[in-house]
Amino acid sequence: MHKTQTTVIGGGLLGMATAYGLARLGQKVCVLDEGDTAFRASRGNFGLLWVQGKGYGMAPYARWTRQAVALWPKLAGLLLAETGIDVQLRQSGGFQLCLSEAELAEEVRRLQWLKDELGDYPFEVLRGVQLSQRLPGVGPAVVGACYSPMDGDVNPLKLLRALHQACQLQGVHLLSGHKVMGIEAGDNGFVVTAGEQQVRSEQLVLAAGLGNRELGAHLGHAIPLQPSRGQILVTERVEPFLSHPTSTVRQTDEGTVQLGDSAESVGFDDGTSTAVMADIADRAVRSFPRLGNVRLVRAWGALRVLTPDGCPIYQPLSKAPGAYLLSCHSGVTLAAIHALRLAPWIAGKIALPEVAAFSLDRFNSAPEVRHAG
Amino acid sequence: MPADSLFIQLPTDSPCVMIEFEGQPLAVPSGISVAAALLASGSRHTRSTAVSGAPRAPYCMMGVCFECLVEVDGVPNCQACMVTVSDGLKVRRQQGARALSALAEEGAHDGI
Repeated sequence: MHKTQTTVIGGGLLGMATAYGLARLGQKVCVLDEGDTAFRASRGNFGLLWVQGKGYGMAPYARWTRQAVALWPKLAGLLLAETGIDVQLRQSGGFQLCLSEAELAEEVRRLQWLKDELGDYPFEVLRGVQLSQRLPGVGPAVVGACYSPMDGDVNPLKLLRALHQACQLQGVHLLSGHKVMGIEAGDNGFVVTAGEQQVRSEQLVLAAGLGNRELGAHLGHAIPLQPSRGQILVTERVEPFLSHPTSTVRQTDEGTVQLGDSAESVGFDDGTSTAVMADIADRAVRSFPRLGNVRLVRAWGALRVLTPDGCPIYQPLSKAPGAYLLSCHSGVTLAAIHALRLAPWIAGKIALPEVAAFSLDRFNSAPEVRHAG
Repeated sequence: MPADSLFIQLPTDSPCVMIEFEGQPLAVPSGISVAAALLASGSRHTRSTAVSGAPRAPYCMMGVCFECLVEVDGVPNCQACMVTVSDGLKVRRQQGARALSALAEEGAHDGI
């Protein structure tokens, strides 16, 4: 039996960022990772640090996201210093391209709501020549775009690798290929059974993506999570042509172009479909016509981990004191705040009153009016 | 450390075709891939990578690794292992990331 201070279940971006943050505070941490049979959201994502539009209808999430991107340079610096891995953080601002007046009007309405709630919420609406000057190569089918200086991107695979390496250097014990079969909660903490291994710990962090449904059930909690499939297409490497990320087209630091942002409810199917891939490609070529003769070299589907309101859950579990349930679908955008704020909160080092807005209870009670500030 | 190529062209009855690599004529058996032809001719540097510019040569020979990218008759980023040689084929090294053709853009604008 392994003994540790905190067991983290889930070796994706959320679990590893949290484990890294806990280890930096001197905690002994063990991470249990199911392996490649799991739905690997952290290996299939798009790599955006996206702020604009997040938290529409739930201002605390918008504030949390803004705090998260403000902390990102610190995380990127720590990872570079500790591991030598440059995760290619680029906080250049980002564009949401709209291909119809209706899309643009809806986007502007949402951003205006957020600006009204938060006060300081910078964005611009750009059209025509003004847009072409700011984002060269954009096609005539783009009727307008919302630009926010808050947005950015990273290389998400380098981020995952850097977090794994940083955790190793900080002494985190990673057991990969270990699917959790049972959790016992007792007076002296938790015993987690995974394959042949048993791990005893004082604290437990559930960060297993869609697997949190099953893990929560072990501890008597129903966790309302649903998969939302996104498909991504990747092109051959081309010379740099896109200076900023957009929500649907992003050029990576190594020259490939990722095309994406589909959303489908197809259960636990993380495959691809021709119709959706055709839509994604069509939208990308209308957005940037020069992509028209570029080859696609890869495509995949991945499952977002979505709560009913799309916002995260950070919840100390009442039926299992010492256990924390963490779920989000923005493991890249929120990585820095998970490592540098959420982990210290779990370790009991800081108070974090803002996480109260991300409780499980919000899905049980009648809707209430939330006020800003 | 340099070593002799392990890639050996087996004896064949196939007639030869003439291709060009970086302007140099090569007589190669018909029916083989461009990647096989380049390796058999002793080429060790068939592209430069997009990230660091390091020299590379064909590797997996089955369409997976993308190490064998070359320019074929002016078309960039072709997988040499997936193209069969033919008379007169002009092959050049793929040097770094391919350029984006402005023609495609102008064409698309014209079409809209």
